[in-house]
Amino acid sequence: MVNITNLHKKFGPLVVLNGLNLKTPESGIVAVLGPNGSGKTTLIKSILGMVVPQKGEIQINGERVKKHWNYRKNIDYLPQIANFPGNLKVQELIDMIKDLRGKEARDQELIDLFKLEPFLEKKLSNLSGGSKQKVNLVLCFMFDSPLIILDEPTSGLDPVSLIRLRKLIQREKEKGKTILITSHIMNFVEEISDRIVFLLEGQIYFNGTVEELKTSTDEKDFEHAIANILTENHA
Amino acid sequence: MLKILKYSFYDLSRSLWSYVYFFFYLLLGVVLLFLNNDLSNAVITLMNVIIILVPLIGTIFGVMYFYNSREFTELLLAQPVRRSSIFLGQYLGVAISLSASLILGLGLPFVIYGIFQSGAIWDFASLLISGVFLTFIFTALAFNIALSHENKIKGFGLAILLWLFLAVVYDGLFLLSLVYFQDYPLDKFSLVASMLNPIDLSRILILLKLDISALLGYTGAVFKQFFGTGLGAFTSIAVLTLWVILPVWRIKYISAKKDF
Repeated sequence: MVNITNLHKKFGPLVVLNGLNLKTPESGIVAVLGPNGSGKTTLIKSILGMVVPQKGEIQINGERVKKHWNYRKNIDYLPQIANFPGNLKVQELIDMIKDLRGKEARDQELIDLFKLEPFLEKKLSNLSGGSKQKVNLVLCFMFDSPLIILDEPTSGLDPVSLIRLRKLIQREKEKGKTILITSHIMNFVEEISDRIVFLLEGQIYFNGTVEELKTSTDEKDFEHAIANILTENHA
Repeated sequence: MLKILKYSFYDLSRSLWSYVYFFFYLLLGVVLLFLNNDLSNAVITLMNVIIILVPLIGTIFGVMYFYNSREFTELLLAQPVRRSSIFLGQYLGVAISLSASLILGLGLPFVIYGIFQSGAIWDFASLLISGVFLTFIFTALAFNIALSHENKIKGFGLAILLWLFLAVVYDGLFLLSLVYFQDYPLDKFSLVASMLNPIDLSRILILLKLDISALLGYTGAVFKQFFGTGLGAFTSIAVLTLWVILPVWRIKYISAKKDF
């Protein structure tokens, strides 16, 4: 699905991605983990073309991403920080994105799922952080694209919404989609992901299943296995 | 791009400032025409206001809009939309809505006054054309500054400095150099120097249209001789167009390389 070769990105003197190579499976959930500042968001934004890498190549379904834009119609993206134009109402924002994409959307189903009905006529600047995140989720999932990229999908969600999100992600996976996730909630990651990709110093340090991670670090517990990688590398 | 333009326009049409700008011109037009009752006087006063105010509003509005719509921009960048469409759409949204405020705000009182029956229609038209050119030029310059500077305060400061330089300081330097080099023939120099600044160029175009270039003395005669010909008119429109095209091209160029 996503094929990345030798990706380099520097912000000024700060090297964020340093020759990263990654190949994701055709379907399944891949969790991208790593300490703060390890380049998770930069990696995701490079795939989306929001960040322009200095070197390297990204292909999605065999098509090169650089200088193209149309491939984004096959990607659903959930940004880490739900920043929306504050003067729009929720319904206006949803309609606007639908209009921009010009694609079938299942917004009503998702509005019902996350119980957003009472907020539709409210301005986005008046919403709480959790409600904004729900709007963010509706905007992301409503197009049914084959590649879904979720940057910290759990942030600000209450436990009920978290359970609904988990089910939603599972259902999308069963449709045969590729889902890339970053998260700091380790048991969330352990429960849903098929593969773990661990970023360290701008490269892939580990790429395998949860079980493989546990055996390679000799830890029974996933959270400890991750901590083990971090302490061993003094990150 | 048309969709982005539509949403930027829609966004601005709900902004209070667009209306303040519109009503300001409406009031100015009404006051000058109906209390003064002299059309060519009104046009000259308007020229003085437009030449200074339009670039200032274009610059401030452009920078402000760009920084305020950052969230909107980030949202759009993840959508299947060309990057250049996002920024050019936003730019055109701001420039067109400012131009509309100017044209409608000044146009309405003049139409009511009966501009279509008067001979001054072309003077008025040249005023509006210069105003629209200046709006497009300074909004584009403002977008350039905002795109190159993440820091809002720095961006605002630079934008104001740019306006101050082109609207005030440039003329001062120009005058100083004329005084300093007065022993030399300066007509070519002053012609070129005034062409390089869009504000000066617009002012001269309007003044020549008003046929009061006699006030400008010998240089005025040179100007009239140059701008009066087809070549002069063509060159000045070409220079103004270039002042729009170059910054717009740079918007496209920087935005393609920028990280978000």
